[in-house]
Amino acid sequence: MNGIPILTLLTLLPVVGAVIALWSGRHARAVALITALAGLVLALVAWTRLPADGSMGMVERAAWAPSLGIEYHLGADGLGALMLVLSAIVTLMSIDAARRVHRQPGLYFALVLLLEAGLFGSFTALNFFHWFLYWELSLIPAFFLIKLWGGARRGPASTQFFVYTMAGSVALLLAFLAVFLSTGSMDFGHLTEMASTGALEQAVTAHLGPVSLWLVIGILAGFAVKVPLMPFHTWLPAAYAEAPSPVTMLLTGAMSKMGVYGLLRIAIPLFGHQIAQIRTPLLVLAVATIVMGAWAAAAQKDLKRVFAYSSVNHLGYCMLGIFALAVPAVGAAQASQAAALNGVILQMFNHGLTAAALFWFVAMMQERSGGERGIEDFGGLRKPAPVLCGLMGITLFSSLGLPGLNGFVGEFLIFRGVFPLAWVAATVSILGLLVYAAVILTVIQKVFTGPVPERWAAFPDLHSGERLALAPVTGLMMLLGLVPQLIVENVNPTVVNLLAHWRF
Amino acid sequence: MQEGIPFTPQLVASPIAQVLWLIPAVPMVAAGIAALLKQARRRMAATLAIGAMSFSLLLALIAFGHVVGLWAQGLPARETVNFTWIQVGAAHVDLGWVLDPLSAVMLVMVTFVGLLIFIYSTGYMAHDENFTRFFCFLSLFGGAMLGVVISNSLLLLFMNWEIVGLTSYLLIGFWYHRPAAAAAAKKAFLTTRVGDVFFLLGMAWLFAQTGTLLFYNGGAGSIEPMALASLLTQPAALGLTAAGAIGLLIFAGAAGKSGQLPLHVWLPDAMEGPTPVSALIHAATMVAAGVYLIARVYPLMQAGALAGGTTTALTVVTWVGASTAVFAALIAVAQNDIKRILAYSTVSQLGYMMAGLGMGGVAVGMFHLITHAFFKALLFMGAGSVIHGCHDEQDIRKMGGLKADMPLTFITYTVGMLALSGFPLLFSGFWSKDGILEAAQHWSVAKGPFYMLVFGALLTAFYMTRQVSYVFFGHWRGHKPAHESPQSMTLPLVILAFFAMALGLIGTPLWPWFHAFLEGRPAAFNVHGFAEPGLLALMATSTVVVLLGLGLGWWFYGNKTPAQEDPDVLESAAPWVWTALRNRLYVDELYGVTVIAFYGWWAQVADWLDRRVWGGVVTGVAWSFRGVARFNRFFDMFWVDGSFDKGCEELATGGGLLARVQTGRVQTYLRILALAVVLLAAILIWSSRA
Repeated sequence: MNGIPILTLLTLLPVVGAVIALWSGRHARAVALITALAGLVLALVAWTRLPADGSMGMVERAAWAPSLGIEYHLGADGLGALMLVLSAIVTLMSIDAARRVHRQPGLYFALVLLLEAGLFGSFTALNFFHWFLYWELSLIPAFFLIKLWGGARRGPASTQFFVYTMAGSVALLLAFLAVFLSTGSMDFGHLTEMASTGALEQAVTAHLGPVSLWLVIGILAGFAVKVPLMPFHTWLPAAYAEAPSPVTMLLTGAMSKMGVYGLLRIAIPLFGHQIAQIRTPLLVLAVATIVMGAWAAAAQKDLKRVFAYSSVNHLGYCMLGIFALAVPAVGAAQASQAAALNGVILQMFNHGLTAAALFWFVAMMQERSGGERGIEDFGGLRKPAPVLCGLMGITLFSSLGLPGLNGFVGEFLIFRGVFPLAWVAATVSILGLLVYAAVILTVIQKVFTGPVPERWAAFPDLHSGERLALAPVTGLMMLLGLVPQLIVENVNPTVVNLLAHWRF
Repeated sequence: MQEGIPFTPQLVASPIAQVLWLIPAVPMVAAGIAALLKQARRRMAATLAIGAMSFSLLLALIAFGHVVGLWAQGLPARETVNFTWIQVGAAHVDLGWVLDPLSAVMLVMVTFVGLLIFIYSTGYMAHDENFTRFFCFLSLFGGAMLGVVISNSLLLLFMNWEIVGLTSYLLIGFWYHRPAAAAAAKKAFLTTRVGDVFFLLGMAWLFAQTGTLLFYNGGAGSIEPMALASLLTQPAALGLTAAGAIGLLIFAGAAGKSGQLPLHVWLPDAMEGPTPVSALIHAATMVAAGVYLIARVYPLMQAGALAGGTTTALTVVTWVGASTAVFAALIAVAQNDIKRILAYSTVSQLGYMMAGLGMGGVAVGMFHLITHAFFKALLFMGAGSVIHGCHDEQDIRKMGGLKADMPLTFITYTVGMLALSGFPLLFSGFWSKDGILEAAQHWSVAKGPFYMLVFGALLTAFYMTRQVSYVFFGHWRGHKPAHESPQSMTLPLVILAFFAMALGLIGTPLWPWFHAFLEGRPAAFNVHGFAEPGLLALMATSTVVVLLGLGLGWWFYGNKTPAQEDPDVLESAAPWVWTALRNRLYVDELYGVTVIAFYGWWAQVADWLDRRVWGGVVTGVAWSFRGVARFNRFFDMFWVDGSFDKGCEELATGGGLLARVQTGRVQTYLRILALAVVLLAAILIWSSRA
């Protein structure tokens, strides 16, 4: 430990901000903005202080309940720190996007900040106990944000969201408790070491019999719901559509990454060997997520549902990359694993940024049209609102994976890595690329082009405040598309480090 | 790995090769600045675009001169500059650029034709309200296209390739308020993307096999002998080696961009874009990028061929090219839109180029690419001048007799038309097309392509004569009289017309300078050039074919001025054939009832699966939980509370509450969760004691 406990501070900051916001009434948004900005600065500081060898940095450890294996243990490597930065960016965007919270703004922004705290906590926790606390705690603000500020059908949507993720969590909890019973440890690092020598599986078998596979399924279930992986995704379109758009930004931009992160931090390190055994069915699900997600997006009429399925599709590539690399590898295959894993982590960040921005644009369109968000409700918007359409166009193409923008790099590396490891899955997945392009271009065609309907003739374009807020976001998309090394230079050492510790 | 990107320019690269990246970068920067300009800054936008392109042209000429200099001294004329883009694992992804005869020739062509079209656009688009945006997109296109040309890495090429596709999309849909334009833009992007996803796979495969995507890297590049040798030892499916399979995947991308069968359907629709766009992107440069790509990866396509032999990949390229050449030429015969005729003609000529690559090698295909770029840009800009002069009329049946009203356009257009038809000796198209026919004649695999291409030549001469007769001969059929276009539009026509003739001089059998340059051989006058066996006979054949096409065309259509409603001469002769050709041989309709219908239907299936099947399971689970909850409550009230009356009351209100799904389920669930946790704790305590 070196002086300032930066990760603890980072997690506490939004909690403090939340308390202040709760009591500051109509100034709550300003409080939240400042807090989120401070959070971003701290996250970036953490990003710059990563150890060069890709191991855990900024480690904090304190005994808590040693007899139960519970320890306050924090740390961040390239993966965790990148997720911190992403969460901070997305939260900031979300707060900025929530310009019109009429009802109880204090509570609203306090919940958003609590959610951020949950995100920060879960991306830095290295002990299952408080990792799981944060994992569950982040659900509660999200539930209430949907439930209290959501759209017309918010009730069923929020419930489904909550119940579904909770069900996944219970499976995860049970499975992990079994691990704890067998090993007496809840420490990710320690368990990973055990798994890499095969001791973990032996311990589980010795204590509970040959149940490893069931434990894997339990753990995967928790993450599969969160990501989501088909067919555990049905909560998502409803939740994303009914949540207020700024909250959807948080759900898709940051919370969906908790699932992928969990796979990389818990499922693969502890049970890589077992996952490798059920790799084929998992790959089938990942490919289905990609392809059917894209196709389901094509059938939607509501922009938010389109983008919700677009998230399903994009996270499917993460799943594809992760499951494809779960295979014992030597030589050239290791290079493919490294490419795929780098791609997955890049995709996590890029999807978070782009998807959050997409929902932001939807929020702006709703604000300007009195709540309309159907694909067919608009038309010809390029004429009255060229800047809005221009920036949203860049974001849409980023989402489509156009080279030169951020989305492409991750997808390219994933395909580069997956093709040699699972060429059938890679080949079928390209259908997803194609169908998704059709979806995006249809959105552009229906919303931006064609004659302008009478009622949108005076559709207001972005005002300067919005331009100022969006310029850095779209700028970042271009920057990361051209210079992905900015992220990869910190991620790649971690990738090498992780792969060295995983056993398939 | 933390030190950042190692940037390692090769020490051997000359100064001009070092700064070659400026050629695409400057137009891209110009596009970036233009994007931020207000719509009213029209002059500024045009100046930026033209200035940037002039700068690129200048650099391109210097680079070209440099390469010619090296080559003339007999030095190796390929220089590369490579650098690491990202580091993944222990490997890295490298990008880079290359200056060699192939890229130098292409650079000069793209910058020169591009500059002329930029200048032409200032006249053609003068009254458009989005003039500023137009030049922004044009510059971006120019930059990305030049990026494709100089890329020394398949990945960098692909990235630029996709941005080129984006600008094509933006420019086809430039008049976005027109639904047809928006639809055509979408169609273009998606059709080319079909090819591109295969390209992406091929790229992933090549990268995985060779560990690099650089073309040339001092012997370690992916299309250099060492990598090719390893690719040849890897078997793939269907008797192909990995080299062949990757080559074919890349060719799928090229086929999409270059409008080859069966992905040609987008190119005619792309004519919805402004005419300068059609000339620049959909005639001279972007659509030729597919041909250029195949020329660039030619060592890969050719890998494994025995001396004088061919490979499966090249055979496929040849057959696809030859089929496209004939297919599109047939359709062109029955079109009435001046730009659509040219569009099908472009598809057909791209087929010639592909066939030329497949049978004759890089120089043969590339020579036709270069000559075609000039005369087809000329034709499109001439067509633009005609459309402009006829007040935005595009139907050739409503024109006529324009040779008097638009003399300059007429003369230059005729030059372009004769070049395209391959009129003997004077015109560049003759020499470049004869190169392809000669290669076809000597092709060892089959004679089919030769006859197809000869037939295509006949059709080409025929449909161009038909078009010129309708447009320039007879008498005017419109209402408002036509007028000649401004100088900013006619001057580029004259310059291009000059090159449509003169360019032939560098590729005759007497002095095959172009071929020698591209193939790195010394160029020399070859007095026996024409004495090669069969060459004169071939030239005679092709001359006869061209004259036959021109003659037939003139016989059917020359000076006739049929009224607009009159059926076409061919229509009266063979109505059934005519209708089929008129309807583009129903390819679009076929795709409509197959691919597009499947897309829509399967989207519904995906949605239905979600809502009914997966969602149904969830609903079912929820209902069963609710059943348990009701039972619990019932149980509580009757047995735990022990108060029947109170229970009744609560049952009434509670039942009402429960009916509202939203509150009921969460509470129930939390209760179950709590129960589960208690149970779990019990199990844990019990088992840890044991």
